[in-house]
Amino acid sequence: MQLLRVFLLRLVTTAVTLVGVAVIVFFVIRVVPGNPIAMMLPPGATEADVAALTALYGLDKPLPAQFLIWAGGVLQGDFGTSITTRQPVLGLVLGRLPATLELSVMALVMAVVIGGVAALTGTRRRGTRVEGAIDIANGMALSVPDFLWGLVLILLFGVLVPVFHISGRVTPSLELPFTTNFYLFESLIRLRFDLWLDIVSHMLMPALALAVPLAAIIGQLLKQSLKETMHLDYVTLARTKGYGENHVILREALRNAVLPTLTLVGVQFTFLIGGTVIIERLFSYEGLGNMAIDAVINRDLPLIQGIVILFAVIFTGVNLIVDLLYAALNPRLRHA
Amino acid sequence: MKLSRRSLMKISAAGVAAGAIGLPANAQAIEELVIAYNVTLPSWDPTVGPSAVNPTIQGLYQSVFDQFILQQPDLKPAPGLLTEWGWNEDRSKVKMTVREGVTWHDGSPFTAEDVAWSLERAANPETGNPINFVWGSLTNFVVEGNTVTADVKQFDPTIFKWMYFLTGYVLPKAYYEKVGAEGFEAAPIGTGPYMVEKFERNAFVRLKANANYWGGKPDFDTVTIKFVPDAAARVAEVESGNSHVTLEMPYEEYDRLKGGPLAGVAAPISDIGMIFLNDIDVMLDPNVRKAAAHAVDKQTIIDRLLSGYGVKIDTLETPEYDAYDPSITVEYSPEKAVELLAASGYSVDNPVKFKIQTTKGFKPKDYEMVQAIVGLWRKVGIEAEIEVYEIAKHYELRAADQLAPAAFYNWGNSVGDPTTSTGFAMFGPSPHSVWDGEDLIGMIGPLWGEADEAKRIAGWKAVDKFIAENALVIPLLQYVQPILHAPGVVVTPHASGALLPHLMKRA
Repeated sequence: MQLLRVFLLRLVTTAVTLVGVAVIVFFVIRVVPGNPIAMMLPPGATEADVAALTALYGLDKPLPAQFLIWAGGVLQGDFGTSITTRQPVLGLVLGRLPATLELSVMALVMAVVIGGVAALTGTRRRGTRVEGAIDIANGMALSVPDFLWGLVLILLFGVLVPVFHISGRVTPSLELPFTTNFYLFESLIRLRFDLWLDIVSHMLMPALALAVPLAAIIGQLLKQSLKETMHLDYVTLARTKGYGENHVILREALRNAVLPTLTLVGVQFTFLIGGTVIIERLFSYEGLGNMAIDAVINRDLPLIQGIVILFAVIFTGVNLIVDLLYAALNPRLRHA
Repeated sequence: MKLSRRSLMKISAAGVAAGAIGLPANAQAIEELVIAYNVTLPSWDPTVGPSAVNPTIQGLYQSVFDQFILQQPDLKPAPGLLTEWGWNEDRSKVKMTVREGVTWHDGSPFTAEDVAWSLERAANPETGNPINFVWGSLTNFVVEGNTVTADVKQFDPTIFKWMYFLTGYVLPKAYYEKVGAEGFEAAPIGTGPYMVEKFERNAFVRLKANANYWGGKPDFDTVTIKFVPDAAARVAEVESGNSHVTLEMPYEEYDRLKGGPLAGVAAPISDIGMIFLNDIDVMLDPNVRKAAAHAVDKQTIIDRLLSGYGVKIDTLETPEYDAYDPSITVEYSPEKAVELLAASGYSVDNPVKFKIQTTKGFKPKDYEMVQAIVGLWRKVGIEAEIEVYEIAKHYELRAADQLAPAAFYNWGNSVGDPTTSTGFAMFGPSPHSVWDGEDLIGMIGPLWGEADEAKRIAGWKAVDKFIAENALVIPLLQYVQPILHAPGVVVTPHASGALLPHLMKRA
């Protein structure tokens, strides 16, 4: 009952948030300097030519009227047409979403694995040089932003020891039998390990660049939580029962220590998706982030709106899932 | 951790396996040419929307589509799909002869109907062609055999130059009408040297050579153009051997790599760097303008900031343009600048103050150049405050005639005609001009419709001289485009700045 109430409440706040984002985005991008018509104004255009071009893209109407037309379309699933690509916005953003989701999930998995291993190793070897080394590595990982990690990785594994691809999502010469844009997932389902390997070799560096800072955060927080948990009575009891250190950490302490990390991972995952904007650009990865930068450069207003709203849906969706997971995992909420 | 022999072998094997994941070797014998391009391609229709007027995308379009008239690497026109073109005696009609024996990529014959339809379509504002008003000067197209004639609604001496400039592309009438705009976007066809095989938006386009190309089959059967907007990633692409050719990287990187494993070509292109002067505030004082122009040491800026990759210019015409006049010069003379400022009551202790706007990173060393100029100005008694803005804001401010008294910009003019450089940049009523002086408007006005070509070019030279003498704008330099490539490729640069794969050959 408590869970259902939490879910419904979050659903309502999510809807309100999305409406707010839509309104703010629509008006803000029209207020900031630079409009798409000025961007494509040809030499020698007269006032009449400018007016005709403005009307062609529906930008001649008052802002509230433009918003109502756009909002009416959105309610019917029509997010408008991109000015630069002349394609329906919804199709464009949904077409790119799988690439960004796969990259983000891969980065998240890498971050959890790297951060988790670092935290567990640091806890297991606490007070030794290993823990010190892990702390130093964590500090280094945190102090360098993801795009700089991207450049470092490009230099290391793209140029010096060229083992991974620097750009793109898949080798252009490969024939892709996919019916969805979830290339990584579909290649596994179809047992096309040759394609899977190619896709992974394209995704490894951008995913790692995104994962490194998050892995450091996870590693630090989880290690701290584990350390605190290791002093609790039930852990001491487990030790007195004769369980080994590995068992105590993995089977007794981890379950409780992981809760704050889980919340953090949820919040950080949204930041990680945000980070894809720069990383996708750097690695010429064909996701939403890369498309977002082009849309902003070209002042493609309908496309910017579509991408921002989709990002907002993802962010609020992830937060909703994390809240529900937290509620489900937290005994105090679960049994309330 | 102990590193055993077995674990070392495992790591080595993993490295070899990873290295074998389809990474291209650094071009010994290039089968498939891979180009790391600096922009993405948003749309395939070269006549519609913002992409149609984006000069950097034109090289991609020209790989697939032909323009009405061919433009050679030195910017000069040559017979293309049109083999002959011209006006009648009284300039009331145009006549174009269409090349025979050309086929579209789907095998259907290219005809004069395609040319007439493309011109009519380009003039139709409803299609979204941003330059429709230029094409609107022709009407009543008549096709007879392989000739197309049309009435001239308003004489424009540059109309045939537009036929190898922005939106001047021939599209397939029958195919387009059959598949519509959406179908064309999904599977575009042209008569150009390459055919689109695969296109992933924001990622790459894979092209196949057009064996029936009227200009001869290109050297490389398959070309993949990867869209790599980040300069560091582009350099890494060619350095690692993932790509064979790339362009537009920092000059330092170009110098570092061109003598090593890679070859390079750096040639002047039709883009120039300049400072717009708006006729407001202190810029109404000719002494201030002239001082600002004389105080800029262009050659030193080129040498120090651009590693020498640039050509000093004193008018808005480069040596390749039709109205270039080498006799028009503006000397670097800080002494003269001090004198001029003193005449207006300014000095180092009492400097004239104004704002200069610039982009940062939009063009190579744009912000750094403005910083250097502001430093030079300070020495003679000009205190300029730098405002950095996005290029989109520049366009908006310029269209509204609201630029600061000085604003750095780069102007592209790949047809080399003075109307599309000096004309549009300096003619007051043009939305691209911020100088509204009546004297200049009076000089330029009659040149728009001047039918005598020699007189027209002479007129523009006179305009350029007047502009230089009165310092109505500060031209700075002609850009040089750096191209890095694998030793296995010979790259022919195009002065328009377009990187064209069909001009590349095996070494």
